[in-house]
Amino acid sequence: MIVAGVVVAAVAPDRDSWTTSDQMIAVPEAPGGAGTIDLDSRLYLPRDRDGKVPAVLLAHGFGGTKNSVRTDAQSLAERGYAVLTWTARGFGRSGGQIHLDSPDYEIRDGQRLLDWLAARPEVRTDATGDPRVGVVGGSYGGALALLLAAQDRRVDAIVPLITWNDLGRSFLPQSADTDATGVFKKGWAGLFFGNGAAAPTSEGTAETPDGSGEQPELPQTLPPGINPACGRFAADVCAAYLSMATTGIPDEAALAVLRKSSPAPVLGNIKAPTLLIQGAVDTLFPLSEADANARGIAAGGTPVRVAWFTGGHDGGLGPQTDQDRTKFLTAQWLDHYVKGEGAAPADSFTYSRVAGFSALDRGLVTNGYSVDAYPGISGTGRSEISLNGPAQPIANPPNGNPGALSSLPGIGGQLSTVLAGVAGDIPGQHATFASEPVATSVDVAGAPTVRLRAASPTGEATLFVKLYDVDPAGVETLSAGLVAPVRLTGLPKDIAQAQPVTVTLPAIVRRIQAGNALRIVVSTSDQGFLTPAAPTTYTVAVEPTLSLPTMVGTPISNPQVIWRYVLAGLLAAILLGLVVVLLVRRRRAARAPTVEEFADTPLVVRGLRKEYADGFVAVEEISFTVERGQVVGLLGPNGAGKTTTLRVLMGLTMPTRGDALVFGNPLVPGAPILSRVGSLVEGPGFLPHLTGEQNLRAYWQATGRPWADARFDEALEIAGLGDSVHRRTKNYSHGMRQRLAIAQAMLGLPDLLVLDEPTDGLDPPQIAEMRRVLRRYATDGRAVLVSSHLLAEVEQTCTHAVVVNKGRIVASGLVDDIVGESPSVQIEVTDVAEAERVLAGMDVASVLPDGATGLIVDMNGTARSEVVASLVRAGVGVDRVVPRRRLEDAFLALVGENSRGSGDR
Amino acid sequence: MSAATGYRPSATLPIWAEVKRQASRRRTQLALGFMALLPLIVLVAFEFGGSDDDDNGGGQFSSLVDLATSGGLNFALFSLFVSASFLLVVVVALFCGDTVASEASWGSLRYLLAVPVPRARLLGVKLVVALMYSLLALLTLAGVALLVGTLRYGWHPLGSTIAAEIPPGEGLLRLLGILGYLAVMLLIVAGLAFLLSVLTDAALGAVGGAVLLWIMSSILDQIEALGVVRDFLPTHYSEAWLGLLSTPMQTDDMVRGAISAVSYATIFWSIAFWRFTRKDITS
Repeated sequence: MIVAGVVVAAVAPDRDSWTTSDQMIAVPEAPGGAGTIDLDSRLYLPRDRDGKVPAVLLAHGFGGTKNSVRTDAQSLAERGYAVLTWTARGFGRSGGQIHLDSPDYEIRDGQRLLDWLAARPEVRTDATGDPRVGVVGGSYGGALALLLAAQDRRVDAIVPLITWNDLGRSFLPQSADTDATGVFKKGWAGLFFGNGAAAPTSEGTAETPDGSGEQPELPQTLPPGINPACGRFAADVCAAYLSMATTGIPDEAALAVLRKSSPAPVLGNIKAPTLLIQGAVDTLFPLSEADANARGIAAGGTPVRVAWFTGGHDGGLGPQTDQDRTKFLTAQWLDHYVKGEGAAPADSFTYSRVAGFSALDRGLVTNGYSVDAYPGISGTGRSEISLNGPAQPIANPPNGNPGALSSLPGIGGQLSTVLAGVAGDIPGQHATFASEPVATSVDVAGAPTVRLRAASPTGEATLFVKLYDVDPAGVETLSAGLVAPVRLTGLPKDIAQAQPVTVTLPAIVRRIQAGNALRIVVSTSDQGFLTPAAPTTYTVAVEPTLSLPTMVGTPISNPQVIWRYVLAGLLAAILLGLVVVLLVRRRRAARAPTVEEFADTPLVVRGLRKEYADGFVAVEEISFTVERGQVVGLLGPNGAGKTTTLRVLMGLTMPTRGDALVFGNPLVPGAPILSRVGSLVEGPGFLPHLTGEQNLRAYWQATGRPWADARFDEALEIAGLGDSVHRRTKNYSHGMRQRLAIAQAMLGLPDLLVLDEPTDGLDPPQIAEMRRVLRRYATDGRAVLVSSHLLAEVEQTCTHAVVVNKGRIVASGLVDDIVGESPSVQIEVTDVAEAERVLAGMDVASVLPDGATGLIVDMNGTARSEVVASLVRAGVGVDRVVPRRRLEDAFLALVGENSRGSGDR
Repeated sequence: MSAATGYRPSATLPIWAEVKRQASRRRTQLALGFMALLPLIVLVAFEFGGSDDDDNGGGQFSSLVDLATSGGLNFALFSLFVSASFLLVVVVALFCGDTVASEASWGSLRYLLAVPVPRARLLGVKLVVALMYSLLALLTLAGVALLVGTLRYGWHPLGSTIAAEIPPGEGLLRLLGILGYLAVMLLIVAGLAFLLSVLTDAALGAVGGAVLLWIMSSILDQIEALGVVRDFLPTHYSEAWLGLLSTPMQTDDMVRGAISAVSYATIFWSIAFWRFTRKDITS
């Protein structure tokens, strides 16, 4: 039920702390034109706001819509921001075409949205038409944030995530220090172009908020009026892609498009404080893009802060710790620079490194680190590693097929897959240069560099340089699937004449464990890139030094560490609680009062009453005393309350009222005085897998008393089991168990013996023997309490009797008093009427008829012989004369003929 | 003169006496014997299993199967892995759930209480001994598996697919850590079974009830829609020990698991003691 309650509480919707309103916002279709298009937008407002609130413009990633950033918008609204999300032109239900964050289109749209925000009465403004606003976005939205801040000074702060600095370099990366055009990143480019070519789609695909992994549904057919080659791309963007993807070499127009869509040329204009968050598992926009942005913006004197996380276009959102960190940094940045709350964020740079796998969700676990200032991608130190390997010939496959695999663009979020390494090289297409195992661990953080020499018969070569981490078992890992594409021109045909070029590998964050080796692999193909179509054989060599940038950050305290303190605190609290409980118990146990008056009386039961929780009263009120030397019989029909009374005497049951004192000590559960009571209540209880003897030994061991005190042999003799004592008790007959149980009760010769129906299951000779044993037992100052529902039992065994019925005592005293001969006699005669007449003439107290032929006569001291003689003299035949006994009288009179008891007691 | 000579409440039902009481029972011998037998059965199965390598399910399980024959440490790890989710639960539930309930069903409980063994002491001794036997079962399983695995497959580094190989010395420490964590997690079962053992006279009810609730919690834990509620399920962290296989070790989930286990066990045991020291013994 508790679980159910928690489930309901967790699932039940809370009242949202924000409100939303959807609207289409009209913006000019083109600069200077008269036409407009509508942008599909949604404004989130905090529900509880006093006065005007600062705003955030939250942009989505490529291929997404305003819904892609829903959860981020909600959390920002919860923090007290008015959040405007919109679907960028060319996507979703917004009109227009995709211009790739062109300053003339998407960025102007952003400016119109700033106008719109400034006009909203809920939004705080710095001046008329100037809203207090931050711009946040990932990838496509991140570039928009940068470009908008560069173009419009009304932006107060920006947080661009996993975005580009130079779109040309991103799609045509060149890792060598030459001017040659880079290698076309066909995998990612094609994926993006395919996304943008999609016609308007149904909304509602909730996507990752940082822009990674957007996979809108592709429509089956294109609507009419759309160029099937370009989809919703603007003509110039489309043409740029088509030319690049065909030749791998961009023409001037394409370069112009890419340059226009890049923040790189305009970074100096950005005056809004910028928080750059970039992913380390990102083959599309690697860490170097954020580095370029950071340097460009910082050059203009604008505050810049950088953070890396383990995720990105390949790695997704990253582990929870990273998500928490980037969320915190974003909130801190916006709060200070937009809302005007909180201290200025520090300049420190934070990053994270994979520490292993989480056992529970199979995800990655990262540790966060921090250094005082952003060091760039060249680290704070260098570690030089020697590489070995001769110059090697490698073949360029025609049309890049078969090609090596390094990453899988577009399957964002599969972080572990990427890190586990999908990488594979094709034999004959790669050269390997390996190091010895490193002696000590190296914390790499930044872009490693290596110097490469290459020779090519055509004078040109397209190569991919990769850094593998090889563990002692030979498993090689390509960190984050990152490769350095290199296109070299003007190469000699002979490797001996080749000049070395410095290749800057993609920045990584990785610990090279001690004992692991490093391997530089130069290959000719990669499925993610466009390589020369013609088959060629290059010769490559690597200079022996691999330079690794290192960084030793201060570990960011893992919030999980708090649980260790919680655990320690919990254990301490449990220990403390245990000690307190033990002390309280000891104190309580110490004040058990002894009633001196009864200190020498084996048993005193005073006003005992037992009610059960369901209201049933098993014992109304019972009081009696057992003195030394007595064998007291507790007599009553089944259910009279005998057993309940005995249970109290065993400390099994707490009386509702009254008490039982053994030698003056009240009987409560666990009272030490119970050690002087031996008991058999409600049948034997033995461990079935032990023999009779083992059972008795086990019982005595449980008392913790010296073995010599057990009087073991005497007890065994009483049990009289012979050799059967060595058999397992589960094979015993009822009577054998009963005898063994009595022997157990007598172990140690306790001062008070309490036996419940002791002769149950015994045969007549054994019963007779048991009676003798019990009578003998009560000598030497010991006492016995026997319960029975059999009159004869009590009569023949006991010195004293207590008769109970329906929970009350109906008679008690010496058995001789109770059971002894009664003054009345039962006479069966041949002629009842005549006999009555004769008896009336004699000195008897009363004559009562008893059945058809019987009379009960209270003799009043008259001898029985005299009565019989008188009757015979009067001619009345006497069939038999039976002396009546008091107990029977009492029993029948009080218990009644009704053999039913007052309940099952 | 308040107690029999030689009687001291703190000396009643000595630990050793209870150990012997339980040791003489067939179910104790069978359970411990099976713990020793299981690794041998697994070993024989591997020997006869052949090497037709089909994909067996994926996930970290298949990797542990693949690696099980790579050395003694991995064999022990595999034996623990296949036992942890059910067999060990049943064994611990048996030792802890049966201990009081069986005495009640035999009728011997009331004679122990009439000795008198103070109720709290009786429970305390029973609990300690049940936990000792549970630990013994765990150690028997791991020890035998490590022994036969090492004899058959040799003393090699502890391998796992999620991290580099761990050298044998450190691997042994990791294995001990895993044993320790499993022991802590099984405290939940121990607590639950012990509580049920106190509440019922039927040993089967106590053992079965504890196993049943454990399975129910495992099932609920599979339902991701329950969200944060799952963190509070007693079985949620039962596999966190896998974190010890990665390098560096991932102990955060284990710490939270330990908090969960210790809390549950404390609550169950507290209720058990509270109830047992107050109730009327009717068996």
